[in-house]
Amino acid sequence: MVEISYVITDPRGIHARPAGQLVKLLSKYKCSVQMGTKENKVDAKRLIAVMKLALAQGNELFLVFDGEDEKAASEAALEFLKSNL
Amino acid sequence: MFIGTGRCASDGVCAGPIVELKETIQTPIFDRVFDESKELSLFDSALQRADKELEELYEKTLNNLGQESADIIDMQRMMLQDPDISQAMIDKIKQGVFAKDAIIEVGKQQAAEFAALDDPYMQARSADIKDITLRLYRLASGQDKVVLIKPCVLVSNDLIPSQTLDLDKSMILGILLRQGTMNSHASILARTMDIPLLINANVPNEDLNDRICVIDAHNNKFYLDADDSTIAKVVTSSSYLQEKEHLASFKGKESITKHGRKIKVCANIGSPDDVEGALLNDAEGIGLFRSEFLFLGKTTYPSADEQFAAYASVVRAMNGKEVIIRTLDIGADKKVDYFELPQEQNPALGFRALRICLKREDLFKTQIKAIYRAAAFGNVLMMFPMVTSLWEVQKAKKICKECEKELLEANIDFKVPKIGIMIETPAAAICSDKLAKEVDFFSVGTNDLTQYTLAIDRQNENLDDFYDEHHEAILELLALIAKNAHKNGIWAGICGQLAADLSLTDTFIQMGYDELSVPANTVLKLREKIINSKAIYKDENQ
Repeated sequence: MVEISYVITDPRGIHARPAGQLVKLLSKYKCSVQMGTKENKVDAKRLIAVMKLALAQGNELFLVFDGEDEKAASEAALEFLKSNL
Repeated sequence: MFIGTGRCASDGVCAGPIVELKETIQTPIFDRVFDESKELSLFDSALQRADKELEELYEKTLNNLGQESADIIDMQRMMLQDPDISQAMIDKIKQGVFAKDAIIEVGKQQAAEFAALDDPYMQARSADIKDITLRLYRLASGQDKVVLIKPCVLVSNDLIPSQTLDLDKSMILGILLRQGTMNSHASILARTMDIPLLINANVPNEDLNDRICVIDAHNNKFYLDADDSTIAKVVTSSSYLQEKEHLASFKGKESITKHGRKIKVCANIGSPDDVEGALLNDAEGIGLFRSEFLFLGKTTYPSADEQFAAYASVVRAMNGKEVIIRTLDIGADKKVDYFELPQEQNPALGFRALRICLKREDLFKTQIKAIYRAAAFGNVLMMFPMVTSLWEVQKAKKICKECEKELLEANIDFKVPKIGIMIETPAAAICSDKLAKEVDFFSVGTNDLTQYTLAIDRQNENLDDFYDEHHEAILELLALIAKNAHKNGIWAGICGQLAADLSLTDTFIQMGYDELSVPANTVLKLREKIINSKAIYKDENQ
């Protein structure tokens, strides 16, 4: 299991475009991905659930990867977050 | 004639016959016999066709409007396939609900959940849910798309993005929405397409088709059953349209006075999102890129990469045109908790801007390196705010040298930008002869310069009568700054509010200012002023 966290810096929070791109990116990996706040996580491969998290700028986002390609998935996710959110 | 009001979401004026887009959702029909397998296959084919339509729309949007708008469609495609939508609808059908009703029920529920979210941006996404739901509904009930065959004024309760995109935009003169929000896709798209749009318009609920409507979005008004004299008055003689057309004629022109002096007209921006406006108004560069947006409203310091990405996106978008990035200007009225700055009696005279940077070198170095890296992508200049003494500039430059060395050692791509300072304290203005020897350019911040010179707090309303931006002391300092810049062979610009004061443009030209940086929507007005200016600059240093 790999866990990463990231503080959202985009003033619009996780808005529609990057949410879609992130879900798309994660869907390429076999491992399961849970994403959300420390307390409330959802399946990160499901766009509507991710959007409903309504995470805003300044919120800390947690992602938990579990499965064979978890390392690669977490690295790709972190890179995406840094350049988009 | 009915005169209605609304809120302007996209500026402009138009007149034409109305085409109303009615919401296609009807009350569920219960008088059919329910056949589960028939309903499931009906749903399945609607889902497939909806996906196909969105795929085509994606291509069309990508070609016509670009990636950003196309991504909205792509996101809708993903939503459509999301089990929270498609599987939920199938589950409903399996419970004995007709396909059309299942689509509406799930759609309404999801739309309501989005509308209930705390975040206004996510609330607006309920329009996307409604959009895909309506598309599915239309396909499941065998309806066709709305096709516009003549130029018209569109009226609807709300416009969902695919409707906006599906419609032939060359046929849309303007849009009136009974609902709508400033941040909805429709509003954003209307602005991108330059179509006048009023939201929250009090359009009567009656048969509107083919009635003549005039939209004057500039004045938040519309006229239903407009007569010829109203059309003539509003549209033909619209000061907005005339001015817009008139100003547009200055796009692509050089800002050169009657006597042949070239003044660079640039735009001020506060975040990468503002670049579009700067380009749209044909700014010759970014004269002030405030970097505070990276620091404000956060809980921790922005990383080097994050800063680099933001700077580089602006530099790339400006495509070789000059971009002047101002280093951190936190402090005074711009407070950030995680900086843990002490409470001060006089914040405006306190620990702020360059003063913080010189005391917290790590912070400063991270920013400088990010700017140096971004400089490799175009024409970048860097300037320091709130300079009062020579040693501050020398120390800042020494830190820059260290950054340069560290980047070299780390084998990271970068370019050394030209380095300038803001002149916004009387001390810096008076010492500008000495300061000019240390830097490549000056940019005058007139807001702070006025506040410090006149000893007037900008935010104190009681002092409005005393706050005189045209005060002779300010103008004398401005003249001195330009003179000292030229004496030392560097250029001088103004990026404060005063740069946009057209009553002073001639004065600035006479003083010898080389660059004026203003809000994007003032760029063309200022260019016009310069092109028509007969002011003469006499270089006293020659």
